[in-house]
Amino acid sequence: MMKPDKMKLTGYRRPDGRYGIRNHVIILPVDDISNAAANGVAALIKGTMALPHAYGRLQFGQDLELTFLTLAGTGRNPNIAAAIVIGIEPKWTQRIVDEIAKTGKPVAGFSIERYGDLRTIEMASRKAMEFVQYATELQREPFPVKKLLMSAKCGESDTTTGLASCPTVGRVFERLDAAGSTMIFGETTELTGGEDIIQARCVNAKVLGEFNRMFKDYTNLIVSQGVDLMGSQPTEGNIRGGLTTIEEKAMGNIQKIGRCKIQSALDPAVEPEGPGLHFMDSSSAAAEMITLAGAAGSVVHFFPTGQGNIIGNPIVPVIKISGNPLTVSTMSEHIDVDVTGVLRLEMTLDQAADAAMKVLESTINGRFTAAEALRHDEYVLTKLYRSA
Amino acid sequence: MKHGILMHESDDDVGVAVEDLKKGSKVGAVTLEGKAAGTIKLTQDVPLGHKVAMRDLAKDKPVIKYGRPVGKAVADIAKGAHVHVHNVKTQRWSV
Repeated sequence: MMKPDKMKLTGYRRPDGRYGIRNHVIILPVDDISNAAANGVAALIKGTMALPHAYGRLQFGQDLELTFLTLAGTGRNPNIAAAIVIGIEPKWTQRIVDEIAKTGKPVAGFSIERYGDLRTIEMASRKAMEFVQYATELQREPFPVKKLLMSAKCGESDTTTGLASCPTVGRVFERLDAAGSTMIFGETTELTGGEDIIQARCVNAKVLGEFNRMFKDYTNLIVSQGVDLMGSQPTEGNIRGGLTTIEEKAMGNIQKIGRCKIQSALDPAVEPEGPGLHFMDSSSAAAEMITLAGAAGSVVHFFPTGQGNIIGNPIVPVIKISGNPLTVSTMSEHIDVDVTGVLRLEMTLDQAADAAMKVLESTINGRFTAAEALRHDEYVLTKLYRSA
Repeated sequence: MKHGILMHESDDDVGVAVEDLKKGSKVGAVTLEGKAAGTIKLTQDVPLGHKVAMRDLAKDKPVIKYGRPVGKAVADIAKGAHVHVHNVKTQRWSV
């Protein structure tokens, strides 16, 4: 059995003491209309990456706060060496800049009004060039596994995820938990039918109370729509893969947490405060959940899949694990860890966990995941309700 | 591969086909730990990843997988039959 302490991990130490496993300079738009300028800078300056998204205007209340938290959290993520923030006006732009600046990493904001796209692109590009030269001087250094913060969620699940790929992650998470790493899982509605298992794992009454509130609120939202969720949760892909009900899907999903206790119930995009496993209130839509996990500081993600969800994220490398022989043979370019041997009883779950840890180790040390190589850069903000 | 069905718990009502299973074939079931869980004669084709009834299941009764209810039968289901959305429904989020 591979011990987490035996993994040789290297990463980029950030000024706040956290370690990143990638070294991106991002060009982060505050709002949808600033995507063009962000893309303009990324096109000009090698080694930068724009993160266009669909929102940021006329949002208010909790929905606006979540957008701020997600954008700032993305910039704060240790996989980011430095960030350029571009918004239409200076005030909200500065809010994002200030939050990222608290990590001590280089960050600069630009706003477009009174300059126009072209002059903004020029000014931001000059700063982006400085940041790239700073970032490309940074070197990887060894870091202990207890400094690792990672996340997991599954997608296009089927019955094989409950049998093989999710319990594989569960075994790895048990080992990382014992080694003092930090892990995030979520998918609030996808615990339906197994919520009692989650409740029993909460470390204390406070965490239990918070989890129960989040679970009840999300369930009420679903029930309030008065519709049959078949086709959405479970998805049509889940059903094609043999999953029949939300309860069955939830039981597969929950295998990912192994026997770990749950240290806290986090609101979306909130950074966990201590080691161990944390629940984050989140959608089961893959791009939304991984974007939130990245905003909470996750530097790498385990993604068990049955039918073959092809998700990636621009700042968080996503490691795909599949136990479905049809998926592994027809979509091999998307799969990083093949655990089909579990179904054939040729591989134990501990051996599958060893295989996943080997890929985790090489991914942390810089090897591209399938999703990275295939340019799966899905960056999707969670929208809570209509804008004003 | 000696088995065609995998079970989470040996006394679950349903097992998972780990390959495409044909009507009329006799298929061995095992748990993930490799414990034998009997042999079933398929009364219907069951594709890879879909579920097989390991015993006769009565309408309106919970269907057990992972040792827990994961839905309820909405029709009588014969041992060896395909178990899916046509004969099992969720017990949650009812509208």
